[in-house]
Amino acid sequence: MTTDHHHPAELAPVEARVAAIESVLVEKGIIDTDALDAIVQHFETNLGPMNGAKVVARAWTDPAYKERLLSDGTAAIKELGFEGPEGEYMVVVENTPKVHNLVVCTLCSCYPWPTLGLPPKWYKAPAYRSRAIREPRKLLAEMGTDIPADVEIRVQDSSAEARYLVLPMRPEGTDDMSEEQLAAIVTRDSMIGVQRL
Amino acid sequence: MDGVHDLGGLDGFGPVEHATSEPLFDEDWERRAFRLMIGWIAAQNPSGGRFRHSIERMAPEHYLSSPYYEHWLTGAATMAVEAGVTTQDELDRRAGGHFPLSHPDRGVLPDDLTPRTTPRFAVGDEVRVRQWHPPGHTRAPRYVQGRRGTVVRIDGAHSIDDIEAHGGGSVADPVYSVRFTSRELWGEAGADGDVMHVDLFERYLEEPR
Repeated sequence: MTTDHHHPAELAPVEARVAAIESVLVEKGIIDTDALDAIVQHFETNLGPMNGAKVVARAWTDPAYKERLLSDGTAAIKELGFEGPEGEYMVVVENTPKVHNLVVCTLCSCYPWPTLGLPPKWYKAPAYRSRAIREPRKLLAEMGTDIPADVEIRVQDSSAEARYLVLPMRPEGTDDMSEEQLAAIVTRDSMIGVQRL
Repeated sequence: MDGVHDLGGLDGFGPVEHATSEPLFDEDWERRAFRLMIGWIAAQNPSGGRFRHSIERMAPEHYLSSPYYEHWLTGAATMAVEAGVTTQDELDRRAGGHFPLSHPDRGVLPDDLTPRTTPRFAVGDEVRVRQWHPPGHTRAPRYVQGRRGTVVRIDGAHSIDDIEAHGGGSVADPVYSVRFTSRELWGEAGADGDVMHVDLFERYLEEPR
């Protein structure tokens, strides 16, 4: 702790701690909670896996777009209007019959906000972060996704600038589906790589 | 720092508590802690490394026993105290009890602060990650330090977090995606057919020995 002498023995409840630092920053004019609420609402309503699903569905239906997506993810994702914090340098990795990609951030919680929103709790928790990089095949099996032994599992640790989006394989039997219908079957988990469609 | 946040490869955390979908915030204080941090970042513009390091310096037992947004709360309050905006005593008083903050910053700047933008390594080159275990912030996980891998992608040059987190300003360094085999990282506990791609700054890398 920054000061470890004569502090009160009893831990303050987390709600009281939030209120304490919030009141300091509001009184000093450092934050404006009303203005920030609009930003939080943006996260709650506009950002989420429905955005990434549109990117995937476009790539499945437009080969030229897919090529652009794999060579410059940031620019191709921006074409569909998705950009912003934690999406400044996007790398899209393609799952194939021989390679299955899985995304993790072992050091913190790096995640592509514009295309997937804020990360789910389990993605940020120690169990996923510790095990995805060490025993990915076993972990995926536990999570209900069996990857065949002849398929390489390629774990992407987003430890620096790149934020990753997995381009899942298009499921069989979807030839007649429109781009919009395809977007509806793309899940968040398939774009993290913990699920195969 | 070899902190508790550097979780790659640790045992003992059990199964992933997976949910297919969930609300962004379980409780109102989590939403307020998120709002607090984005407000602090908007007002003070700390670097990503400084933000992350404010959390990495939490007491390990606190880090592991607290929910995610308590990390953000602790980091924001720590940065506010370090910036002279408030004090430990004031936070304790306002909270009506102890307000745990993160440990002091022990980071040191490297001697060489020269920006580099031309990559020294090419795709296909074998590299070895330096094994230097810095006391401050780094994006080189412990599990790759000292290990050998192959460059598979070059991501241009970016401000290296290790320097910016400790007041050295924005110093460019090339970034690579480096491929490691599971056997190289985990030895007999590894698995054939698994590979790990890790994004690493050039200053973390050296010629393989």
